[in-house]
Amino acid sequence: MKTLARIMFGVFALVSVAAFAQDQFATMRSSTPLADNAAPRPMSKPENTDLRQVRNYPEQPPLIPHAIDGYQVDKNSNKCLTCHARAAVADSQAPMVSITHFMNRDNQFLASVTPRRYFCNQCHVPQTDARPLVENTFVDVDKVIDYVKSKEGAK
Amino acid sequence: MLAFLKRLWTIVRRPSVHYSLGALTLGGFLMGIVFWGGFNTALELSNTEAFCTSCHEMQDNVFAELKTTIHYANRSGVRASCPDCHVPHNWTNKIARKMQATKEVWGKIFGTINTRDKFLEKRLELAQHEWARLKANDSLECRNCHSSDSMDITRQSARAVEQHERFLFTGEKTCIDCHKGIAHRLPDMAPTAMLSSDGEDAGTVRAQLLSFIAGHEGAAAGARSLD
Repeated sequence: MKTLARIMFGVFALVSVAAFAQDQFATMRSSTPLADNAAPRPMSKPENTDLRQVRNYPEQPPLIPHAIDGYQVDKNSNKCLTCHARAAVADSQAPMVSITHFMNRDNQFLASVTPRRYFCNQCHVPQTDARPLVENTFVDVDKVIDYVKSKEGAK
Repeated sequence: MLAFLKRLWTIVRRPSVHYSLGALTLGGFLMGIVFWGGFNTALELSNTEAFCTSCHEMQDNVFAELKTTIHYANRSGVRASCPDCHVPHNWTNKIARKMQATKEVWGKIFGTINTRDKFLEKRLELAQHEWARLKANDSLECRNCHSSDSMDITRQSARAVEQHERFLFTGEKTCIDCHKGIAHRLPDMAPTAMLSSDGEDAGTVRAQLLSFIAGHEGAAAGARSLD
């Protein structure tokens, strides 16, 4: 009888550990069984502040500080360029497409945006108010330099 | 033929022999109601989305595109159907537009845009007609719903406020100037494409451009030979 109780306890312990492990590694699906469809979370809202965001590092493509729902960017037309093109900036007062975007792969400047830089969303993205799924430990380069300097000063 | 017309004229001119004035007046009145009512019913029937999309040209191309836009589905459930934007609501203008639309019946019969390729090829021209129409009537069909008086710009995003204050309220531009392609996909918007379908011959433009460049090169060569 005692052995049976021990075995039962062991099985319980294993099952609970397995269940705990499942919770631990839960993904965006959360605990919904694989065969079922999880109820989707409410869609997060696009940030539409029109305020330029700081770049986290100098080479970062600037973020889009406005909603871009339904923007047509294809062979026929580029909605972004209706405001951000060189000739459109006077009317729109939007930042002009960077001059680097006029350069082809041989560093030759073209009259307008080069085809390889035509699809804005390849690099530039808008933001939403969604909470990050994992914690981000990114540190700005200025902070890194400050940290290094403080270490050197301490020496 | 002339004799027949003369006989008809005498019949019309002669006072009625068998029918009383009352019967004729009442009959005319009733027939008036029937014909006028019938005309207006037919007019309104041809002014519905169901009628527009009964042709595959509209169903497969422009209507399919409309479905992804905010004028078809949005948070408040208000929805614009084809004639809301493409047919004037005022009666006289509506009749004028309907008369123009007989060209579309011609196009339907002869299959001007009865394939996807034909439609895409013709799309810029068709779009330009609509842009010209909306430009000419100061975007009337937009303003039937979107009144600039009722527009609360404090609820708009900062750049929308700026643009509307600068261009809409001053009357410098009209809705369609900036809001092209909001309900359907845009055709090729490159300036060269615009030129060729504006009626101006693309070949002529290219020739002018080439002669312009040649002239400049000549001048440059002249300048070089001087020094």
